[in-house]
This record gives sequence, C-alpha cells and structure tokens, in this order.
Amino acid sequence: MEQVRKDPLPDQQELVLSMGPQHPATHGVLRLVLELEGETVKKCTPHVGYLHRGIEKLGENRTYLNAMPLTDRLDYIASMSNNVGYCVAVERLLGVEPPPRAKFIRTMTAEMSRISSHLLWLGTHALDIGAMTVFLYAFREREWLLDLLETLTGARLTVSYPRIGGVRNDVSQEFLDSLWQFTEEFPGRLLEYETLIDQNRIWLKRTKGIGVVSAEDAINLGFTGPMVRGSGIPYDVRKFAPYDAYDQVEFEVPTGTAGDTYDRYRVRMEEFRQSNKIIRQCIEKLPKGPVMTPDSPKFTLPAKESVMQEMESLIHHFVLITKGPIASPEGEIYSAIEGPKGELGFYFISDGTGNPYRMRLRSPSYVHAMSLPYLTEGSLVADVIAVIGTMDLVLGEVDR
Amino acid sequence: MTGLFESVFSPGSVDIMLNIGIIVLKIAILVGIVLLHVAYAPWFERKTIGHMQVRMGPMRVGYHGLLQPIADGLKLFFKEDIIPAQADKPIFYLSPVISVFTAMAALAVLPFFKGFVIANINIGILFILAMSSLGSYGIVMSGWSSNSKYAFLGGLRSSAQVISYEIAMGLSLVGVIIMAGSLNLTDIVEAQGKWPHQWFFLPQIIGFFVFFIAAVAETNRTPFDLAEAESELVAGYFTEYSGIRFALFFLAEYMGMILMAALGSICFLGGWHGPFDVPYLPFFWLWVKIMISLFVYYWIRATVPRYRYDQLMSLGWKVMIPLALANVVLTATIKILR
Repeated sequence: MEQVRKDPLPDQQELVLSMGPQHPATHGVLRLVLELEGETVKKCTPHVGYLHRGIEKLGENRTYLNAMPLTDRLDYIASMSNNVGYCVAVERLLGVEPPPRAKFIRTMTAEMSRISSHLLWLGTHALDIGAMTVFLYAFREREWLLDLLETLTGARLTVSYPRIGGVRNDVSQEFLDSLWQFTEEFPGRLLEYETLIDQNRIWLKRTKGIGVVSAEDAINLGFTGPMVRGSGIPYDVRKFAPYDAYDQVEFEVPTGTAGDTYDRYRVRMEEFRQSNKIIRQCIEKLPKGPVMTPDSPKFTLPAKESVMQEMESLIHHFVLITKGPIASPEGEIYSAIEGPKGELGFYFISDGTGNPYRMRLRSPSYVHAMSLPYLTEGSLVADVIAVIGTMDLVLGEVDR
Repeated sequence: MTGLFESVFSPGSVDIMLNIGIIVLKIAILVGIVLLHVAYAPWFERKTIGHMQVRMGPMRVGYHGLLQPIADGLKLFFKEDIIPAQADKPIFYLSPVISVFTAMAALAVLPFFKGFVIANINIGILFILAMSSLGSYGIVMSGWSSNSKYAFLGGLRSSAQVISYEIAMGLSLVGVIIMAGSLNLTDIVEAQGKWPHQWFFLPQIIGFFVFFIAAVAETNRTPFDLAEAESELVAGYFTEYSGIRFALFFLAEYMGMILMAALGSICFLGGWHGPFDVPYLPFFWLWVKIMISLFVYYWIRATVPRYRYDQLMSLGWKVMIPLALANVVLTATIKILR
C-alpha cells in the first residue's frame, strides 16, 4: 500500500491516481493505482481482494453437493459455466458419468451463459469506449437469455442448475422452442452490433494496436480464452479436453492475428456465432432419456418420489445431504472447462470424506488482471479503460 | 428633489429609459424562452436516444415524461450543495457562474428573426467566439478548484480541446464572413436567400463540415466528450459538484449546444429564412433548424464511440485547421476573381 501516499512529495513528477474500487469503468471493485505523467501511465498497480469471500475455504467446509451454489458467485455473469465446471470436476473425481441428455442440456445452457456473458462484455466494453447504444442492444438479447434461464432454473443469475451426475430438472418443449427462436434471430442482432462498431473509424482507432500481446507473451502470462485466441493460439478446452457433449457437436475456434483489442473483439464476436451454432446442434441432437444418473445412489441424490416411498432412498438422501458422497476416493484432480473468460479450473484434494480437503480455483480473470501492468504501462489513461474492457474481468472471479 | 425628478423625466431621458425598458423586456423574453428550451433539451435528448436504443426514455413524470425536466430541476435545486473541504472555495463558487454567464451573454447578438436582436453589434461572430472561449474558463477553473484528480484531468483535457477547436471553428467561419462581407450576424443572414440553394452551406461545404465538427467538440459532446468521459474520469471537471451548481454546468452545456446550433443555422443554413413565411411565427424556420441540429447532436451521441485525447488533438490540428485554412484561401481566391 505504500504507493498510496496521501500527500505526494513536492518533487514527485507523477500524479498518483487511484482508479477504483468505486469507478464506473473498473467493472466491480478492481482498484488500479496509476502513476501518471500527463495522461501517460508510468506505473500501474492492480489491487484485488475487495470482493474476497473465501469461497475456496468455504468449499472445504461443505459437502461436494452443498458447495455447488458457491460457484454461482464466482463469475456471476455466467454462473452456469461455473456450475458445469464444478460438476464436471466432481464427477471426474467421483467417477460419475451423467446421462447423454444431461450432457447435452449442460452444453446448451453453458453456451447460453457464454452468450450472455459475452453480451455483457460487448455492452460494457463498448460503453467504456463511448458507444452507448451497443450496450442497450446487447442487454435486450441478454434479457431474453436470462428470461429463458429463469423459466428453466427459476433464477436469472445464480442458477445452480447442474447437479453432480446430471441436471436438476428436464427442459420443457416451450423452453426449447423459445431458445430455438432466439438462435434464429440472434445472428441478425449480431449484425446490428457490428453495423454500429465493426467498421467505425473511432472504434478502430480506439481498439487497433491497443493492448497488444504477442502469442509468446500470451502464453507466458498464462492467458486463456479469448485473450490467448486473439493472439492467434487456438487453445480451447472444449477442443483440447472435451467435456460434456462438446465432442459430439461441431464448432470452430476463432482466432485473431494481431493480439490487440480489436482482434479480441472479433474473436468474441465470432464466438457468439459458434455458441449459437452449438445451441442449435444441441437442440437438434438432444437425446431422450433421464437427466440424472440413476445408478449411483452413493453420489447422487435419489429421485424425490422414491425418497417419499422407499426407506433406503430416504437414508441415502439424508446421508448425502449431511455427510456428502461417502465413498469419494482419495486423491487429487484438476479439471478445467472453457468458461466465457477462459480456462476455468477446479482443483480438488480429496481425503475420502464428503468434503474436499482442499478446493482451489483457477480463475481466468485473476490471471488476466495480473497482466494489467504489462498491458497498460506506457499507454494513455483512455487505453487502460479499453484494456480492462477487453479482458472481460469479473471481480467475483478474481477475488473468489 | 425637484431637480432630480426633472432630470430623470426630461424628454430625452424618458426616451433612454424607454429604450432600456424595451431591451430589458426583450432580454427577459429571450432568456425565458431559451431557458425553457434548455430545460426541455435534455428531455428531447433522452427521448431521442431512448427511442434509438429501443427503449422509451422518461415516461413516469407527466405524459411521456413531459414534466421530467421540472422534477429534475426541483430535485437539483433542493439538493444539498456539497463543497469539498479541500476546494478553493471562491473559484469553486465562481466557475459554474462563468459557464452560464458566458453562454447567456452570447445570446445577445443572435438575430432570431428579422429585426429581433438584442445587441445588433458589428462584430457579432467575434463576440460569440469570445464568449464561448471564455466559457472554457469555467471548466478549467472548476477542474482546478475542486482539488480532485479526476476533475483536474477533466479540466486539463477540456482546456486543450477547446483551444484547439476554437481555432478551427473561427477559421471555418471566415469563409462565411468573406462571402457575406460582414461580421454582423444579421447581415450574414440577409446575404442568404429564401431557398436552401442560396444558403452558405453549399458554397461553404468545407467550412460547414469543419464548423459542425468543431461545434460538437466545442460543446464537449460525444465523440469529443473527453472532459467528462464517464468511463475514464468519472464525470470530469464537475465530478465534485452537486445540487444547483451542478445544474448550472448542465444548463451551460445545453445552452452552449443551442447556441452552437443557432450559430450554425445563422451562418450556414440561412437563419430565419425559409421557403415560405409562417404567419405570426417569424422565428419558425430558425427554430426548426436549431431543433434539427440538436437532433443531429443526439443522433451522433447515440451512434459513435469516444475519441482518445491524443487522437482528438491530432484530428483538430492535423485535419480540421488545415481544412479550414484551405477553405479560407479558396473562398478568398474565388471572391477576388469574381
């Protein structure tokens, strides 16, 4: 904290500007201590931790079943992806295989949350650079997606929908029809956003050549997701280590070349289309069958009807809720999924009890936030805003 | 006592008093009308941008939010006037007043219709340019006196911007001055005819273009709203202002917009001239032109992103000023050759 001097020394040349934690462009509670010379950033020190809730520690004190709602609060823009990532990790640890229908539903809803997360990114990124209308257009579509999620899960943001071994409830035909309607209309809406900013001279001037990361640096800085793909590296967990139904749907991994803010913008715009494609394929290919794995009463909650009628199910239900999956194997596992922001990893150490001995999260936003000094030093204040925007930081995920 | 009475009411002084009375009445009418427009300009803006952004804009206060400006004004008026403890108080008090004062003073030379101008002076354009330059003092001083880093940066940006674009704007008007042969705004309007092809925006298309962009920059509007760039500098120079002082800045900004729209309409779009006369509403055509200009302002705001500080400066110095200079040379050459 020594950078934050209340009274700068008289001979000090730099203006120390504390940007955040209350600042309209830092997307939450990120705090950047900028040392400015004129408008040029000489030094940038990110301070994180204003939203720290101890989710990793809380996870250790809850059973595998009970800790899932905590993951909603990580990247609260795309909580479905976090839930899916958590469930995939725990399933890999416990050796549970969800039924195919549940896999497709998860893939579909995770892509919905990717679109809604990218829509929020697009809106706020454009708003930060000054294009106001894109924000409201993007929120129009995001509202539709959130309404859809609400009909499916009962919640707009903190969905807690997937379960270890499947999903909570089946999708209805009305939901699928409305989602299909969305995928029909969404490409046209994308063109609307692109009309406003894609070839706009000011937009190009503000994003081209800003926050440039070479492919080598992107790897060294630990970038994942659109941040690394913008630099031309086609790294996507969905392709490299497929989970759920991603090996059964066709999609491409868009990449950029220059590694600047504009290329990352293009990558995400392309990802909208790919996600849209994945959702359509999921709806078309959605197999019939149960949405929860039926054969592992030691890991997954029994159906509510059988709890009401059968003694064994009632005992299983009670034990699972109070003690967690009793037969969890000892060992450790790292499992990653492709979240909207990048590689979202869950690392568990299991000691054989119902709680994880250690739960560790690899959140992409945290890794990206740490590269802020590298990307912003030497640029102008306005570029700091553009760079924060292009990273798509969510502070819930940074601070955990 | 008698002497004073006689001297005050002597035939000559009655004349003067009457003249002063008429001028005061004119000022009162003009300021009243302009303030009404300034109050409703934000409403018009919010409605315009709202509909462009697939939403309704203000809808709650009155029919389609028509009473919203009054509600906003009352709220701002009764809000606590917070002055930062570290602020340079006299300058802090003074700067919003300067902003509003200069914007209002410039109204004095605008001819709203044939024969209606409060001060028909021969240097009308120069007076307006001088007043709008003085207005930037309000911004610089508020940025300085707030003793806040964001306000300070906003003030710095704004002063640099206004100075650069002031030059381009002045030069872009020189073409009009050459064509009309006068600095008097009434004469400039008289030099243009009834129909659009007789207006100066056609022969002065470069000047009009430069003037339009400079006017947007001069009034700190998108895409040149760097001084109050919300996402970068919170609110820029008036970050620390609240209540009625904030309202004064707001007032000055919208008054500046109306002023620039009026100046553009007078110099390039034929002022009060229109294809036909509207009975009882001699200011109708000027009003229409100002409203269209305001609409274009709002339209731009809803469409484009914001320039970066250095890009703005290079646009001003490397594109706008050379263009305006070329226009002056071109216009002068044609004028001499004729």
